[in-house]
Amino acid sequence: MENEEQPILSVRNLKTFFFMDEGTVRAVEDASFDVEPGKTLGIVGESGCGKSVTVRSILRIVERPGRIVGGQILLYRNAAGDRPGHVDLTQLEANGPEMLAIRGDEIALVFQEPMTSLSPVHTIGNQLIEAILLHRQVSRREAREIAAELLHQVGIPRPAGRLEEYSFQLSGGLRQRAMIAIALSCDPRLLIADEPTTALDVTTQGQILDLLRSLQEERGMAIILITHDLGVIAEMADDVVVMYLGQTVEKGPVDDIFHAPKHPYTQSLLQSIPSIHSRPRVNLPTISGSVPHPYNRPSGCPFHPRCPEYIVGTCETRAPSLAPVGERQEASCFLYEDA
Amino acid sequence: MLAYLAQRFLLAILTVWAVSVLSFFIIQLPAGDYVDAYIALQRETGTLVSRQEAENLRTQYGLDQPVYVQYAKWVALILQGNFGMSMEWRRPVLEVIGDRLALTIVVSVVALLFTWAVALPIGIYSAVRQYSFGDYIFTFVGFFGLATPSFLLALVVLYLAFSLFGANIGGLFSSEFKLASWSLAKVWDLLKHLPVPALILALSATAQLIRVMRANLLDEVRKPYVVTARARGLPERRVILKYPVRVALNPFASTLGYLFPHIVSGSIIVSVVLSLPTMGPVLLRSLQSQDMFLAGTIVLLIGVMTVVGTFISDLVLLLIDPRIRLVGGR
Amino acid sequence: MTERILPVEAAIAPEQGERIFVASQWQLMWWRFRKHRLAMIGAVAIIIFYLAVIGADFISYSDPEVTEANFSQMPPQPVRLFDGGAFRPHVLGVKGARDPNTFKRVFQTDPNVKIPLRFFARGYKYEFLGIIPTDRHLIGVDEGRAEETIFLLGTDTLGRDLWSRLMAGTRVSLTIGLVSVALSLFLGVLFGGLSGLYGGAVDTVIQRLIEILRSIPTIPLWMGLAAGLPRNWTVLQVYFAITIIISLVGWTELARVVRGRFLALREEDFVMAAELSGCSQWRIIFRHLVPSFMSHIIAATTLALPVMIISETSLSFLGLGIRPPAISWGVLLQDAQSLQSVALSPWLLIPAIPVIAVILAFNFVGDGLRDAADPYGV
Repeated sequence: MENEEQPILSVRNLKTFFFMDEGTVRAVEDASFDVEPGKTLGIVGESGCGKSVTVRSILRIVERPGRIVGGQILLYRNAAGDRPGHVDLTQLEANGPEMLAIRGDEIALVFQEPMTSLSPVHTIGNQLIEAILLHRQVSRREAREIAAELLHQVGIPRPAGRLEEYSFQLSGGLRQRAMIAIALSCDPRLLIADEPTTALDVTTQGQILDLLRSLQEERGMAIILITHDLGVIAEMADDVVVMYLGQTVEKGPVDDIFHAPKHPYTQSLLQSIPSIHSRPRVNLPTISGSVPHPYNRPSGCPFHPRCPEYIVGTCETRAPSLAPVGERQEASCFLYEDA
Repeated sequence: MLAYLAQRFLLAILTVWAVSVLSFFIIQLPAGDYVDAYIALQRETGTLVSRQEAENLRTQYGLDQPVYVQYAKWVALILQGNFGMSMEWRRPVLEVIGDRLALTIVVSVVALLFTWAVALPIGIYSAVRQYSFGDYIFTFVGFFGLATPSFLLALVVLYLAFSLFGANIGGLFSSEFKLASWSLAKVWDLLKHLPVPALILALSATAQLIRVMRANLLDEVRKPYVVTARARGLPERRVILKYPVRVALNPFASTLGYLFPHIVSGSIIVSVVLSLPTMGPVLLRSLQSQDMFLAGTIVLLIGVMTVVGTFISDLVLLLIDPRIRLVGGR
Repeated sequence: MTERILPVEAAIAPEQGERIFVASQWQLMWWRFRKHRLAMIGAVAIIIFYLAVIGADFISYSDPEVTEANFSQMPPQPVRLFDGGAFRPHVLGVKGARDPNTFKRVFQTDPNVKIPLRFFARGYKYEFLGIIPTDRHLIGVDEGRAEETIFLLGTDTLGRDLWSRLMAGTRVSLTIGLVSVALSLFLGVLFGGLSGLYGGAVDTVIQRLIEILRSIPTIPLWMGLAAGLPRNWTVLQVYFAITIIISLVGWTELARVVRGRFLALREEDFVMAAELSGCSQWRIIFRHLVPSFMSHIIAATTLALPVMIISETSLSFLGLGIRPPAISWGVLLQDAQSLQSVALSPWLLIPAIPVIAVILAFNFVGDGLRDAADPYGV
């Protein structure tokens, strides 16, 4: 089937900048990746590397003074009649009817902080039913039934009663489940989970990840999973995108990235994971230096000041671009430019 | 929820008590006691107060006993509806006050409603369109509102209305209704006179409230629940109105608790400038002429009135904030 | 979401980045305050106002107490700066007369009588800063008396010069604000500190007390208390009594700020560290806690000052505060209380301008300080 080959979302050379009085912050400089239908794409990187801004750009909810200044975000659909096969989200009006119809309906978002992602003064049911009524042609009564069913599906006990409760009455895990229920309310084709488990304890984390995986199997939706936790990536993702300072530095299937990382940044990241095979009382390798100040972006390859394989005369003068380094693996590094 | 209610109610009672002590203190301030003043007053009019009568009065008010007994007697009399005599007017205090308490409430409540009606939309506008031209204008006007004491504003408005339109905007009634008994026509006349004093009274509170609303809303619109609402595909206007505005309303409602005393307080002095038939001018005159029963009673009534207002604002907060309703306490 | 940048970092160019790590708290505050344009303007205005307080007599040219029956209710007279193209400041001579028909007082300027103004001229005697006796004034006239010639802002019903009275009033109104705010500060730090430090029952009692005080309308209360001041008290006694009355209610907001900071800081690691290394309670408070929220207190104090000034002005305006012959802004505005007097001599409203200006200035500076007080916060 040709659908196997076609991604449902393709981000190409996305640039999102924040224009502040003091200068421009290039939050996303050059992000490129594809999301395959029914698969999970993990985006990994340190905080401040532009992961969150990238997904906000996809949903077109970047707040001022941020703006998408370049690149494409292509959402693919089944072409039918005069409907084109894909639409470029960067060309739509951020709050126009088309974008509103996509948001929450085709693409949904689960956020990192379940504590604050739900309104403190509205009931769970209120927010859930609102989402259902917004995108589906159903009556209020039907919406209510769907809502209870959704809460049941995400594993919330006593769903009918929970509809009347407020977020502060739920535990962190239940809140995140409720968030997922809201995100799933319209059967999205793509679910974006932005650090969905960061604020939860380890046991709850595992449960939420299991839930996401089983929901994916049932519904066949694609997931973009953003995290800085490589363990979560290894467990969940089919493909991985590694970002550094707003740029995709490497991407590829999860096994290739973990077993044969090509970009020095990916290599350093993986070395810094503690494992049971690490020798005791030996310091973990760390990445030297720290993430540069946002106004102080290095020239050339953004990683060069911290890079162990820095090629003097090349890395600080030119910016590398993504190039194939394996069957389905790409990296943006001069080490592989001539390979 | 019940705990919250009980706590608020207790506080209201405590406040009323504190106000009553302060009012009693004010009554006690001048040298000599009430009966001395009463005898002197009666002598002026040619009536002699018999020794027996004076003694009776002294016992009635407990003047020969310690201060706390006097206070208790005074409270007891007030609870029976006896607020004492006004020296200057030679009539019972309540008769002198008459409609004035109600009119004070009317003016203050209208000013409060006006404050809300204006501050809410402007606050929302200023937050949503932060740093826009309109935001700057409102911020500027707001600063002037904060910096201008209401009595000065009243003076300036009074002067401008007179010099530009030759109109006297003082008072709450046209001359033909001043002494008339209540009728529909009189109410209509009152409504026509209300806007100017209410506006003057409301200005500083409005300026404060705009700043509160703007700051609250700016905090709220950055919160994740707004982003998730947006990500649900909710149109922007509904996102703002349903979520952050609703959440920002809670602290907004709790400002009512201190805004009302502030407005009532301001109404006293503005009434003097605009010669409104409210408590203000009577309080001033009674203080000038050391008519302490009248003054103390007015302070007490105004205090009780604001306590009731504050309690109502607590109830409103209870209604709109599920966190208080369900968890209790703040 | 840490995509937003801390304001301090944003405020300072990248190459200066290192500086913020070594800067003291006060330097950080100053850098942030400097960026607040309105606050800087406000600060300059306040400095000018207090310079006027110090040199009130020097800037005046007429004795504020002296009445001139012949020049009562005189409208402001402009100072002409140039005479025949040369810079020669002068005023025109004025003659007062009564309109024979209406009996209203009318003033006529005589363009031929030019009275030159002198800088550092001699005028009424006063003591500069209360110690140095002198009779020099910023402006004045050589011949005749300033009281009969210069009327920058006109005169009141008794013929007293409004400009000079305004200067005297500024001195009283602005110092009364300072004194009451100092008293409020003392009460606020005391009660707020007790509340935040001990918590528990002490905290509950003080918090309820504050809530009660806040829900009582202040003006009637002040009026009641102020009216009880004995009539035969001297100006100075009344002055201090009014200060106390005003600060009795004004301390609550300061106490709230102090308590909030205490509660927040009590949990901080450095306090714990000090406790563990055996510091005494007092040492912790005065060496560790107070310096770290000093900036907040200063900001709150600045915001409390205008409230004090409004209070004094309101009370004096009603005739219950500072009483004539003492002069304050409220006393001056009392002359403008009725529509009749304002309609007849609108310049009596002029004292409203410094009232509004100084309150605005304090609010701007207070806002700027409050923003700057939290150099690491948003």
